[in-house]
Order: sequence, then C-alpha cells, then structure tokens
Amino acid sequence: MNGSTQKSYYPVRWWLLLTLFTLAMSVLLWRAADLQLLNNDFLRNHGDARSVRVVTIPAHRGVITDRNGEPLAMSTPVHSVWATPRKVLEYPGQLASLAELLGISEKELVQSLKDRIGRDFVYLKRHIDPDLANQVNALNLSGVYLQREYRRYYPAGEVTAHIIGFTNVDDNGQEGLELAYDAWLQGVPGAKRVLKDRLGRVVENIESIRAPEPGKALSLSIDQRVQYLAYRELKAAVQYHQARGGSLVMLDTKTGEVMAMVGQPSYNPNNRNNLKGEYYRNRTVTDVFEPGSTLKPFTIAAALESGQYLPSTTIDTRPGYFRVGGHTIRDIHDYGVIDVTTVIKKSSNVGASKIALSLEPKALWEILSKVGFGQPSGSAFPGESSGSLTSYNNWSEVEHATIAFGYGLSMTPLQLAQAYAVLAAGGIMIPVSFTRLSDPAAGVRVISASVARQVCEMLETVVQDHGTGGRAAVRGYRVAGKTGTVHKSSAGGYSEDRYLSLFAGMAPASDPRIAMVVVIDEPGGSEHFGGQVAAPVFSRVMAGALRLLNIAPDDIPAFSSQVMASTVSPDHTEGLQ
Amino acid sequence: MKMSLDDQSITGRLHIDLPLLTGLFVLCGIGLMVLYSASGQDNEVVIRQASRMVMALLFMFVVAQFSPDQIARWSLWLYLFGLLLLVAVLVVGEIGKGAQRWLDIGIFRFQPSEIMKLAVPMVIAWYLSDKSLPPATGRVMVACGLIIIPVLLIAKQPDLGTSLLVTAAGFSILFIAGMRWRLLLTLALMAAISAPIIWYSMHDYQKQRVITFLDPGQDPLGAGYHIIQSKIAIGSGGIYGKGWLNGTQSHLEFLPERSTDFIFAVFCEEYGLMGVILLMCIYMFIIIRGVYITVNAQQTYGRLLAGALILTFFVYILVNMGMVTGQLPVVGVPLPLVSLGGTSMVTLMVAFGILMAIHTHRRFLSF
Repeated sequence: MNGSTQKSYYPVRWWLLLTLFTLAMSVLLWRAADLQLLNNDFLRNHGDARSVRVVTIPAHRGVITDRNGEPLAMSTPVHSVWATPRKVLEYPGQLASLAELLGISEKELVQSLKDRIGRDFVYLKRHIDPDLANQVNALNLSGVYLQREYRRYYPAGEVTAHIIGFTNVDDNGQEGLELAYDAWLQGVPGAKRVLKDRLGRVVENIESIRAPEPGKALSLSIDQRVQYLAYRELKAAVQYHQARGGSLVMLDTKTGEVMAMVGQPSYNPNNRNNLKGEYYRNRTVTDVFEPGSTLKPFTIAAALESGQYLPSTTIDTRPGYFRVGGHTIRDIHDYGVIDVTTVIKKSSNVGASKIALSLEPKALWEILSKVGFGQPSGSAFPGESSGSLTSYNNWSEVEHATIAFGYGLSMTPLQLAQAYAVLAAGGIMIPVSFTRLSDPAAGVRVISASVARQVCEMLETVVQDHGTGGRAAVRGYRVAGKTGTVHKSSAGGYSEDRYLSLFAGMAPASDPRIAMVVVIDEPGGSEHFGGQVAAPVFSRVMAGALRLLNIAPDDIPAFSSQVMASTVSPDHTEGLQ
Repeated sequence: MKMSLDDQSITGRLHIDLPLLTGLFVLCGIGLMVLYSASGQDNEVVIRQASRMVMALLFMFVVAQFSPDQIARWSLWLYLFGLLLLVAVLVVGEIGKGAQRWLDIGIFRFQPSEIMKLAVPMVIAWYLSDKSLPPATGRVMVACGLIIIPVLLIAKQPDLGTSLLVTAAGFSILFIAGMRWRLLLTLALMAAISAPIIWYSMHDYQKQRVITFLDPGQDPLGAGYHIIQSKIAIGSGGIYGKGWLNGTQSHLEFLPERSTDFIFAVFCEEYGLMGVILLMCIYMFIIIRGVYITVNAQQTYGRLLAGALILTFFVYILVNMGMVTGQLPVVGVPLPLVSLGGTSMVTLMVAFGILMAIHTHRRFLSF
C-alpha cells in the first residue's frame, strides 16, 4: 500500500469530471424545461387527447303501462361484467370465485379469456342483477370491470309478450309495440366529457355536455286485468282442446281501443333463450284465416242495405244443399223455408249463399271492404297483415256464393273484431288504437244505423236457445255474436279434419261496449265447433271484462234469477273471478 | 487531529457519514412517495419497497463497519464469485421479460450482474493500487480484460443497461487512476471502430431500441410508445406539476413501466420543473459529498473505489433521466433509490456503505 499520504493524484481530471457532471445535469435540466415549458402546450394537448373522451350516457327508455298506469315494460339499471383478458390472467388465483359468481366453470372462463388474450375489452356476462354486480365488485379483481346499462323488464311476462314485443340487448325495439313506438320510447342519449385510462375505464367525470333526455312513457289501451283474464282463459282452452294455438282480441266499440290482445303459444319476454321465431309472432295481427260463418252477418248487412231484404224475408234452403257452378253448398241439416234471422241463428250456408247471389257482387264487396276486410287496419303494428279480398270484378259465381259464408277471403282476428265493432257501434267505423285515447277519433259511417241494429238483433238470437252459440251467453247481459267452424285450407283443397273454431260477438247487446273475437286453431279433441270450443272462452272472458270494466247489466230479470244460480255454479264463478 | 474528534461522535463510532445518510434518506422518502402515486396508491407495493430499503440500509450499515483494507482483500474473491454466478445464470438462469438474468437461490431471485457493479470497480481498484500510478500500459490492458469479460457475459444475457454501468464503473477507475490520455484516445478509437461490430451482434430488440431512440415518431404505437408517452407525461407537468397523485398520463396507465424504469416521468408530471430541479439538487448533493469523500480518501484503493462508485452513481442518474426524457436509448436502467426494485437498491446501498467505510475508517491509518 503506497501513496497513503498523497492528497490527490490528478486534480485536473477531477475538475474535468465535475465540469462534465454539471454540464450533463444542465443538459438534462434544459431538456426537462424544454418539454415542460416550451413544448408544453403541444404535449399537454397530446396528454388530454389520450385521456379525455366524450362518452354517451344511455337515455332511460320510457315505461309502457296499461290504461290504468300498471307497468308492463320498464327499464332498470343493470351491470355488465367485462374484462381485459391479459390483466385478469396475470392473477389466475382470483378466477375461481369469479367463475362461481358468473355461473360458469373456471376452466371455461380461463379458456375463453385465453382465446381473446389480444383484446382489451371482452364481455364476460351482460345484464346481471344488482346483487350479483355488488358481489363481483366486492371481489375487487384486477382487470374485471362493471359497465352500467339498462335492461328491459316485462312484469306481465308472457301475458303481454305478443302485444308489447321486446327490445334487444342494446335497448332497441325489436318486436311489437316496442318496435312500433321505438322513437317515442327511446329518448335522446346524453354526452359527457370524461377522463379515461388506457383500458377505457372512466376515472373522472369532467363535465356534462348534454343531459340525456329520457324516453317518453307510453300508456297502452289495454287493461292489464282484462288482459290477464283473457290470457288465462285462452291458454286453458287451448290446452283443454289440445289446439295448435289461439288468439283473442277485445276492442272498445266506443273508442276503437284494444282492451286485450293475447295469443297462444306465448313466450316469456324476460328470458328469450332458445326461443324459435314463430313464438314471437303476434297472431292476432299477423295470421290470416278464412272467417267462415262469422262473415255471414256482413252478407246479411249487405242484403238489408240493398233494400231487397227485411229480417223477416223468407229463403228456401230445401233440401239443405244446392249446386252452384259445379260445386255443392251444404247445410248441416235441412232447415226448410226460413227467414233471414234464422239464417244467422242456424248459420245456414245455403241461405247465406242464395241471399248473396241475389245481390250485386259490387254491393256485397262494398260492405265487406268498408268494414275493413282486405284493408290495412291502420294500427301500424309491426308485421300486420291486411288479409285478402279479391275485387268483385273477378268473382266467379262460386266465389260470389262462398264469400257469403266466409270462404275465399281472409283476414286477421283484429280485422274481424274491428268489423264486429262496426256493427256494435251502429255502423260507425272507428280506427283501432293500441294506446289509451283521451279523445277518440271520430268514426266514419259505413253501414246505416238501422241495418246495424237489425243485424245485432239477429246476432242476439245466436246466443239464445236453439242458436249455435248458446255457450257464449253471459248471465245478466245480453250477448250478440256468431259462431264459426272453418275447414282449414290446405294444399289441394279444404281439410276434412282440421278446423278453426271461432266466436265473434259483442256485449251488452242493448248498447254494445265490447267487441271480441276468439280463435282456436285446430282443436284436437272431440269438439271442434265454434259454439263448443270458442264460445265458452268468449263467455268467460266477456263476463269477467264486463264486471272489471264496471258495465251495467242489461238483462236484469234474467240476471236476478241467475245470481242465485251463480252462487252454486262452480264453473261460472271461476269464469268471473 | 480534527478528524479524530469527529470520529468520537455517535455517527463516527457507528461509521456512518451523516450528510450522505441524510441525502439517502431524503431520496428514499421521495422514492416511496412517488411510488405510492405511480403504483396507483397500492400500500402493499410501498410497504414491500420500504422493507427492501430497510434491508438495503442494514447492508450499508454492516459494510460500513469494515475497513477499506478488509474490503480490498475481498475484491478478487467477490469478482471471481461474480463471474461464476454470471456463467451459472447463462446455464441455468431464469428467463424474465425475454432475458436470462435471474438466478433463483431458494429464498429470493437474484441478478448476479448486480454484483459486478461493485466487484468490477473493486477488483480494478485493488489491482491498480498495488503498484504506483499512473498504471503502465500493460496493467491497463489487464484491467481492460478484467472489465470486458463480465461486461460481455452480462451483455450476452442480454442486459444492455447493466453492462453499460459496469463498463462505466471500470473505466472511470482507469480514468481517475491517471491512465494516459494517449492510451485513452486509442481505446476510444477502438471502440468507435468496433461500434458496427457491436451493432451486428446486437439482439433485434436492442437494435430496435436504438432505431426508436433516433426517431421515436416512426413507430408511435409500437417501439416508440415508451418514449412518446414518457415525453408527454413530462411535458404535461409544466412548471409546478399536477400535484401528488394527480398525474393523468401515469395514473391512467398510458405510461408503461411507470413504477420502475420510467418513474422519473411520473415524478415530472406530478411535480413539474420545480420538482425536477429539487431532485437534481438532492442527487448533486450526494454526488458532491461522494466526490468530497473520494478526494479526502487516504488510500489509493479507497480513493479509486470511491471515485468509481460515485461516478457509476452519476452515470446511473444520467442514463435513466436521459432515457426517460428521450435523449438516450431505452436501456433499462432504474432511477437510483426511487425506482421500484430490490437488487439495485441493495447494490447501491452497499456502494454507499463502502463510501462511508472509506470515509470513517481514515483516522486509524493516521495513527
């Protein structure tokens, strides 16, 4: 060890080094000052450009209620869980509890994350309920985030599924009134400026640019209580008769409002997994059928309007059949010589055809077309069909004769209900409305008041003793209506054993308030006549609706004697509820 | 004997240099504060780093108790042990972030290259202090060999940052030992000639770093991302900064490696130019104290080693700050005592322990 006494060997070198230190530090400092002072605005803007974003705030979708304000569709805030796979997989220990909460196996979760490792945003599960969201949040996992969204709930479920429809996961209307009134319900999304991190998480709200405008509420014309009743009775009938399906429409004859509209089979709009598209269809407006005998009142209305017939005018229906242009038109029995009222009461095809053939085709066509057959109803329901009614110029004699009892034209249940509402309203046609109206539209007269009155009186006889629709009767009320049993058309003609059972009618007959159509598609049991299958449904739903809507009975003597009977009749108390 | 009076104080008896210790404490405090912010206010990270600091300070304290003579005696053995580990790491080392740097010895993982940051200056100081200075050309060549062998082994891992620091430590000793200017210039010329050779032997990612350094705008989403984000973070700090915990670029995860190598950018964004000036003052204080210790060292070994260590510390700061502000390539050198990480912390504290040992053991030689 030498040199222990030397103080310093090379002072020049140390001064050089110290100068170098100072110089280097100065360069660094100058560089920092350059970035922080001179270039500052540019870099600050760049910093903001990377972190400040304008995001949309979802607008709350308007609530749909029935006419009494009961909610039928509402949006509730929910959360969606999303993740950044790369970050989540850094901590594999946390995945077991997450997988358990989300209801999937850990293996599955890891696999799906690994498959999307390159992405920064992957949904793990959308629309989870608040309780679950809280639990996920409490796990405090890195790389797993919650996003707030709205989810549509339908409290009435399958009961209102067809009329209301549904929205998709992004809150846009897809079917039914949700689609028809999408613009009204949607509202305008707002916007705000936020601070986001590299992974897109909002860390701070800076300012609100535009507040979201919530969608407007929609008050429907239906009455939830009546809707429930109609749904229950229709479903019970479809099950009891092992039918393929069914539909029911109820209209307020004074305002044109739809009071109830149900279809079978239905679906649960809150859980649409594994559902086939055919369930979504609102049969009451999309499916057309041949109306059969339920059309006869309009043939008679045309006859009365022509002035050639009175209700008491007689028609010879012997021998129960007759030939037109190579085809034979038959009645079930030979009714003999009957008046026009009895043609309706007994539903004589021969009588109706003979009356029709004696009329100008144009006169018959005009009445049918004026009550809405072959025309769009104007309700604007998505997917609505307008049915078909060929022009009278093209009618052959056979067509002329068969249209009289409802073959050779088609319509939807809603169109048929609207046509019966015209008769009920004394010949006035009022547009159909799905929303509650404070100021109903003025109608247009399409049938003279006296003719409408006379047809209604004839329809009352159908429900009375010896009529085809006795089982449609409602205690305490006068009911008018018409049965229909239609051979379904199939390839190459009409099927012998596949029927459509119908009942269309109105009540109370003295001053009709409600028009209703019941359609049961292909009842599979021993019964298939409209009077057997559809009329009881009509009776139960009508009885309940009249009571729920607080409509005064118009058949007091009969009513008082039957009130006592009803207390011991289990099948009727059930219908009234 | 003015010095002997000083040494009767508590710090003197404990072989602690109070000014140096004060500087280190202030730096550690700032480091923990910035780390708390950079880690997204993660207490766990801060506590782990604080316990590493305590451990490193203990190492420093222990090393400071040995006299420079004892330290000199270990030099060669530590160097050989380091070489052995470097070879071992190439054979059985763990791979992390694409490089083979780590050695797992049961309790903790460990970077043998860190040992070389101390062992190389120690062994060169030991070798040169054996004969009179300035060293003869032959001895300089041997010293160069002693430097280049570990540097090549470290560069092979590959760890550009550490090999750079080890080179700096070795050559700074040769410089302050009075190596002749002519020889120095010859070596510099040789280095310039070998630059293309080094270029072709570099890994692709290392080449990419140099290219990116020259023009970061070329690839803003890929290789240039580090530097551009870092510059943006620094620039958005302004004069006074955004304040503690308020840096957006760093907190919102736009800035990569914000707890480790790029923590200086977080610091710049939150404390602005004023903070940078303050931080540099603290570093300069430590460096000046280190130079003071070097100049006052009474042994050749102590003086050479102290000078080399303090120069390495300076190069550390320079490379990290230069890299974060976009003036030097991204070579992966942490900001001393501020960046998150354990191994470099221990090495640094041991180096300061050596400095303290050199300073506080002087009086025994004067008697």
